[in-house]
Amino acid sequence: MPALKKLSRQIGGLVITLWIASLVIFLLIEAAPGDAASIMLGTNAAPDTVAALRSELGLDRPLLWRYAGWLGGVLSGDLGTSYTYGVPVAGLIADRLAVTVPLTLIATLLSILISLPLGVWAANRPNGPVDTLASLFSQVGIAVPNFWIGLLLILGVALGLGWLTPGGFPGWQAGIGAAFEALILPSIALAVPQSAVLTRVTRAAVIEVTNEDFVRTARAKGLSRGRALWRHTVPNALLPVVTMLGLQIPFLISGAVLVENVFTLPGIGTLAYQALSQRDLIVVQNVVLMFTLIVMVVNLIVDALYTVLDPRLRGRV
Amino acid sequence: MFFTLRATFQTFTRSASAAALLAAGALAPHAALAAGSVSFIQAVEPAGLDPTEGSPVAAGQVTWQNVFEGLVTIDRDGVLQPQLATGWDISEDGLSYTFALRPGVSFHNGAAFDSAVAKFSLERILAEDSTNGQKALYSVIDSVEAPDPATLVLHLSHPASDLLYWLGFPAAVMVEPGSAESNGRTPVGTGPFKLDEWRQGDRVIMSAFDGYWGGAPALDTLTARFIADPQAQVAALRSGQVDGIAEFGAPELFEQFTSDKGFTTHVGTGEMEVVAGMNNAKPPFDDVRVRRALMMAVDRALLVEAVKSGFGTPIGSHFSPASPFYEDLTDAFPYDPEAAKALLAEAGYADGFEFTFKVPTRTYAQRSAEVLQAYFAQIDVTAKIESSDFPAAWIQDVFKDTNYDMTIIGHAEPLDINIYARHPYYFNYENPEFDATIAEIAEAATPEARAEGYRAAQELLAQDVPALFLYSEPKLGIWKSGLTGVWENGPVPANDMTDAHWVE
Repeated sequence: MPALKKLSRQIGGLVITLWIASLVIFLLIEAAPGDAASIMLGTNAAPDTVAALRSELGLDRPLLWRYAGWLGGVLSGDLGTSYTYGVPVAGLIADRLAVTVPLTLIATLLSILISLPLGVWAANRPNGPVDTLASLFSQVGIAVPNFWIGLLLILGVALGLGWLTPGGFPGWQAGIGAAFEALILPSIALAVPQSAVLTRVTRAAVIEVTNEDFVRTARAKGLSRGRALWRHTVPNALLPVVTMLGLQIPFLISGAVLVENVFTLPGIGTLAYQALSQRDLIVVQNVVLMFTLIVMVVNLIVDALYTVLDPRLRGRV
Repeated sequence: MFFTLRATFQTFTRSASAAALLAAGALAPHAALAAGSVSFIQAVEPAGLDPTEGSPVAAGQVTWQNVFEGLVTIDRDGVLQPQLATGWDISEDGLSYTFALRPGVSFHNGAAFDSAVAKFSLERILAEDSTNGQKALYSVIDSVEAPDPATLVLHLSHPASDLLYWLGFPAAVMVEPGSAESNGRTPVGTGPFKLDEWRQGDRVIMSAFDGYWGGAPALDTLTARFIADPQAQVAALRSGQVDGIAEFGAPELFEQFTSDKGFTTHVGTGEMEVVAGMNNAKPPFDDVRVRRALMMAVDRALLVEAVKSGFGTPIGSHFSPASPFYEDLTDAFPYDPEAAKALLAEAGYADGFEFTFKVPTRTYAQRSAEVLQAYFAQIDVTAKIESSDFPAAWIQDVFKDTNYDMTIIGHAEPLDINIYARHPYYFNYENPEFDATIAEIAEAATPEARAEGYRAAQELLAQDVPALFLYSEPKLGIWKSGLTGVWENGPVPANDMTDAHWVE
């Protein structure tokens, strides 16, 4: 079966890419100056104390040995123990994913809900008032960084109007409602720049398809403007939109680092930032590797979506 | 120096004995006036909650005094007070310390505190494989003895007048063998609050420990919230999510709270001195005239205005006004660019020189460096600013490898003037007279001699300028109206909430 063959080839490629990525990540992070033990002990520590901690953490082992230890651990499902926190990295990451995954999912959903209707509407009546609004929105949205939008939201919605909390996360144990409430503003901050890009792409794609022969034919055969749009134009315009959505995932992840910081959310971005500044390398390695994996899996999914969205691609390898 | 052990409450100073009486129960210091809860902001989340492991600052800011207690402690005025030891006796040669331990103290897990536990705690600091970042402060302890459950004896290798003070420091809190290894995650101490939960990346929740020897604290729960960004801190305060912050790091955002009836603001003194350290081994900084000229090129009062919105005190040596030994030495080399130029010319740098200024990525450091750069330019000295990622890169490059010309950093530990007598240390400062002065302080037999030694040490540094002494960091506190009992000054980096309570 060609589809199965394609899938196995893709997974093989994924594994090799991940392995190369792990090597690059490890070497890059090792090359950064700074030593976890010295940072943890502070500037007053005697050299023998630093040495004692280094050996306790296993930092005195040779480079290759540590790499092999990490890779072997990852393959067997053990991500190692955080140098600074002293707890298993897997648990640490899992706790933080419980914040970041909902955050990015809500943001993605929001951005689709904003940009698809807006883009299609704008394209349907180019240069109309909605189009002007959409182009203003996408220009501002692209130009303004998400953390700044976050600060504005905190000032306006949280402190000014007092509608929502300005930051922090009560935890899922505080109830789903309370937890979701804490994620609303950060999701908006994260979604705005993303939906700005998506709006533009949607608009451009819809306009391009509208000028295609088959749309004109459909209209000539008596299909109404609206039916032609939803039946023929939009499904054909979705391909570049989905591609852009996939390409946006890395930006979403890096955006989450900043937005989590502004809203003091204990997510994976905050963890990565803290771990990097503390040189908790084992945590950084695993988080970056996980980001790599997420980006690659998303690309695979986008690839698979193409065939769902475009029947012409089915059966092609 | 001789104190009788039998008079249990006779201690180091008069105020100390008063506190000992308090602690002994004549007046309950933690009398429950009103129940309630307080949540405070702590900017840096510690890696672990055990101040005896790693660097004690961030861990201590959460758990010191709240969860963990020491044999002795340091109060809000920087004065030594008895705690788990009710009194002590120092032998005439200054080589043995005999502590009388408080009876009836138990840890949060029910374990009893006695001399065996105290011995364990101290020996753990001193052990070969100890990972206590402050181990060097206690290395003067040769051996620890526990002759009976209520008595602890320390034998010193040589006299050390600062030892008692360091025993009150977060790095020397008492831990018991059963929980010592897991204290980083689940701290178990003898303090008025016990740990309920640590939500990593977010908060630590503590609650009143009903078995506390000093009676229940006024608060039922105490929460430390980890919020690094000053804007986010302001938002959390304004929205009422938190009740206060002891050390607010953005003075430019402080003003808005001073006129707000919902808050009380407190400008206290901290222990952190911000100094621009120079590599004293490297030309031209090996020439004391060059260092003095650079010092004279800087108007410290204006620097404080520009960097800290006027909060903070210019300093002339390595102690801050929070220190009981502080002396104002800003007159040694006051701002005088003409004299600075003349002195530079005398040192052979009439046309100035150029150097690299490695600045850690901290707001106060970056801002100060830019102001200094402008002042140096006035005497034709060109500073090329290079950012150094803090802490990671800075500790390696500047602090350990001393691969730098000039840097700038805040020194937060109290009584840390002895760092200039440490070899190696990143200043590469060599002055046998200063080293001798530090040695004399350690051997000082009387409190007066100790104070005199610290005075001499400050004066030597003011003259030698191994680092440009800039200002002491203010401690800007913001508290919700009605909250009292919080420390205004910071003799020890801490959020001691044991006396905090709400009043109408």
